[in-house]
Amino acid sequence: MNFRAVRAIYLFEMARTWRTLLQSIVSPVISTSLYFVVFGAAIGSRISEIDGVSYGAFIVPGLIMLMLLTQSISNASFGIYFPRFTGTIYELLSAPVSYFEIVLGYVGAAATKSIILGLIILATAGLFVPLEIAHPFWMLFFLLLTAATFSLFGFIIGIWAEGFEKLQLVPLLIVTPLTFLGGSFYSIDMLPPFWQTVTLFNPVVYLISGFRWSFYGIADVSIGASLAMTMLFLGICLAVVGWIFKTGYRLKS
Amino acid sequence: MQHVISVSNLSKTYASGFQALRNVNLEIRRGEIFALLGPNGAGKTTLISIICGIVNPSEGVVLADGHDIITEYRAARSRIGLVPQELTTDAFETVWATVSFSRGLFGKPANPGHIEKVLRDLSLWDKKDSKIMTLSGGMKRRVLIAKALSHEPQILFLDEPTAGVDVELRRDMWGVVRALRETGVTIILTTHYIEEAEQMADRIGVISKGEIILVEEKAELMRKLGRKQLTLQLQSPLDHVPAELAAYRLELAAEGSELVYSYDTQGERTGITALLKDLNAAGIRFKDLQTKQSSLEEIFVSLVRERR
Repeated sequence: MNFRAVRAIYLFEMARTWRTLLQSIVSPVISTSLYFVVFGAAIGSRISEIDGVSYGAFIVPGLIMLMLLTQSISNASFGIYFPRFTGTIYELLSAPVSYFEIVLGYVGAAATKSIILGLIILATAGLFVPLEIAHPFWMLFFLLLTAATFSLFGFIIGIWAEGFEKLQLVPLLIVTPLTFLGGSFYSIDMLPPFWQTVTLFNPVVYLISGFRWSFYGIADVSIGASLAMTMLFLGICLAVVGWIFKTGYRLKS
Repeated sequence: MQHVISVSNLSKTYASGFQALRNVNLEIRRGEIFALLGPNGAGKTTLISIICGIVNPSEGVVLADGHDIITEYRAARSRIGLVPQELTTDAFETVWATVSFSRGLFGKPANPGHIEKVLRDLSLWDKKDSKIMTLSGGMKRRVLIAKALSHEPQILFLDEPTAGVDVELRRDMWGVVRALRETGVTIILTTHYIEEAEQMADRIGVISKGEIILVEEKAELMRKLGRKQLTLQLQSPLDHVPAELAAYRLELAAEGSELVYSYDTQGERTGITALLKDLNAAGIRFKDLQTKQSSLEEIFVSLVRERR
């Protein structure tokens, strides 16, 4: 195991984060704060409690998830796409590193960054609404698992994309809608029965539900289902990454 | 002597069906400077890319310092440094950061002293804190060389190292490459500048249409294929070569004021003495004479042309 290479990639990627601090951290924090102000304060005051939790507090896990998913994907996809775009990928391919080490470096850095963001947003939320975390261990576990899974997903997108446009395509057209419709801002009990069933096909529902359970002990779907779905998606992503490196897809001719 | 790189029966066919390499066999000696010459699209970069792990071979085996480049890729790659043809650099990182990154990527422990030495040798020390995107093309080329040298490779590939580099910088780089060879590094370079190969290489390989058509000691190649020309500057111009000198197959040049005699340096007799005697007998007087060895470039062009 070439730990030095993993460390080099990890630190290189983290340096990119600190260099673009404003764009990497400040801007997501501001946009999340805006959600709190608009949904939590302005609209939330007109919505009664959901399952005994004030609306402002109810949306916190969903908002963190929203940020975690989009940031994990964009960090990881950009991280691996950029060297492909500039051509510096030659060095990675000619270095004595295994594919596993490459993934560990890039995905590790992307996940670290989104976890830091998630925690900052959690702290920010604490300024707006009273927070309680019923299962802190599970909260961190879901945070970690989701960040890792979606960073892996982002890595796949970064390898698949052939242009900056495609890089944005999946996060904008698929992930954001799925997250908004996945119960970030509402409990799926509020939906008509038909849409409740449809919603169950949205994988993000399971992520948000599980995460929210770790905060307030309430969930739309069972915690076991949440865990299983997240693990399933992680497994799929791992399989795809394995395939990419085995075939050299988009990396090696 | 074990070869530092040995390529056997290597072929590469791209997905498009284009066959870039055909059954290439090549052995590089430890510590030499080997120049790979060939026209555009001959397969130089494909060959290098396969050895370095960037392109998968279709068939064949490559050993780098005795290690198979696929089954023992860690051992093989950690010995190799690559300077690619294109100026592919990071943009926002500093020179120091990008060179240190390369060292880490190749699994070597941090060694600021070595990085400093590399940067100083390449006259990059002043620029160590500059962002790469602010550097000129020649400086970026040096950064790529510094990255390749950061992990102390035993084998260095230079793919067109001096393309687009001004004359002064080119001479500097030759100096760097020679100094590296002194430390025992084997250097394989591809180049369009025949002058570069002529100046630097110990051995020369010529690749054309995916096949290695020749590998030879440079001196031997020059001797074997080199023809010499004797040019005589005449005192008074001639309008034709006198019939009694026809056997020498002389050519008139510079509007009849020069006679050119081509001869093979390998021949038993070059015929120069006889020619000068016969010229004297024919009453042709000359004021100056010079001989010229054909350059590697001329040899190269004639070699590649022969194959077509």
